Amino acid sequence: MRAVAPLRQSRIAGLGEHRPAGRLTNDDLAARGLDTTDEWIRTRTGIVSRHVAASDETVVSMGIDAAAKALAASGLTGADVDLVILATCTMRNAIPGGAARVATGIGARGAGAFDVNAACGGFCYALSVASDAVRTGNAQRVVVVGSEKLTDWLDWSDRGTCILFGDGAAAAVVTTADEPGIGPVAWGSDGEAYASVGVPEGDWAVRMDGPAVFRWATTQLAPVARRACELAGVDLADIRAFVPHQANARIIDALVRALRLPEHVAVARDIATTGNTSAASVPLALSALAGSGAVEPGGLTLLLAFGAGLTYAGQVVRIP
Amino acid sequence: MSQQEILAELAQIVNEIAGVPAGDVTLDKSFVDDLDVDSLSMVEIATAAEDKFGVRIPDEDLKDLKTVGDAVSFIEKAGVAA
Repeated sequence: MRAVAPLRQSRIAGLGEHRPAGRLTNDDLAARGLDTTDEWIRTRTGIVSRHVAASDETVVSMGIDAAAKALAASGLTGADVDLVILATCTMRNAIPGGAARVATGIGARGAGAFDVNAACGGFCYALSVASDAVRTGNAQRVVVVGSEKLTDWLDWSDRGTCILFGDGAAAAVVTTADEPGIGPVAWGSDGEAYASVGVPEGDWAVRMDGPAVFRWATTQLAPVARRACELAGVDLADIRAFVPHQANARIIDALVRALRLPEHVAVARDIATTGNTSAASVPLALSALAGSGAVEPGGLTLLLAFGAGLTYAGQVVRIP
Repeated sequence: MSQQEILAELAQIVNEIAGVPAGDVTLDKSFVDDLDVDSLSMVEIATAAEDKFGVRIPDEDLKDLKTVGDAVSFIEKAGVAA
């Protein structure tokens, strides 16, 4: 066999997002008869509203829209794409995965396509695989999509979970680069705690032990973020932006404190109007941050995704 | 560490995390009903107390710590055992 060619560099060339038009506020939830209040939800989660997909909006259709926008932002078309990775955990059916239909939908005929299910951690896993595919030469241009329709998996009478989640999709195009634009991944898992969040066997909706997940997220993940910086050879002080998974504003606050991030670091707080969109959360928050102008293009950005499994992954990227 | 010392340190932690005046943190007070500490702040208080006192406060025990007095005695016993 021929030896693998020297590694190339990779980067995120462009981002795209799909936020469903449907919007549900905390007051809407209370008006539906849920025993909660806007104040209760805001103080415990930081969430004010979340997007809800319409019946004809699916994981695949939202993913196609986000991917098409990311390609346009990168100056590319579907014909340029040779691999599509879809991070999701909310497909209605386990078989087949959705990536092939996303590839077809964006005109990436014949591209490699597969799904990644690492729940809320999914996007950073998929981005790492995409980056390595480009770096090794297995692919030239990869579309990485995080797309979730969580509302298909919510029990609207379970106030511990249904207030937290929302729908949406976002995508990143990964291409070759002259300089490193996607750092090595720091990833891991803890299957012992699998029952703390997820759809239990025999159940149909997401259930969560909130305090247990909160404790895990606020005590175990800062070292993962530090490790991602070490692997990238980047000092935390050089980070321009921090994009953690948008699960709960109080987890984000705790991570910022634990990492002692300086004031000048832009911290993604997309959660307020988006809720927790699982694998779509990090790319949606990254897209919002890039669009806000809070970080100059090329700024070092620390991504940190984590969730059911339990799984976690993080890496340093340059924001496009 | 005496009960009074544990209480003083714990009151400091509750003040830092939940913004409750340290003087209000007395043995008879309920975290939720009297001090308005929510479940997530309780988790943060527990993890801060673990670091401060060198004890383990598992989730299942944390659920039973209703009053400041409950927490102080738990830390006292766990500290002795450790």
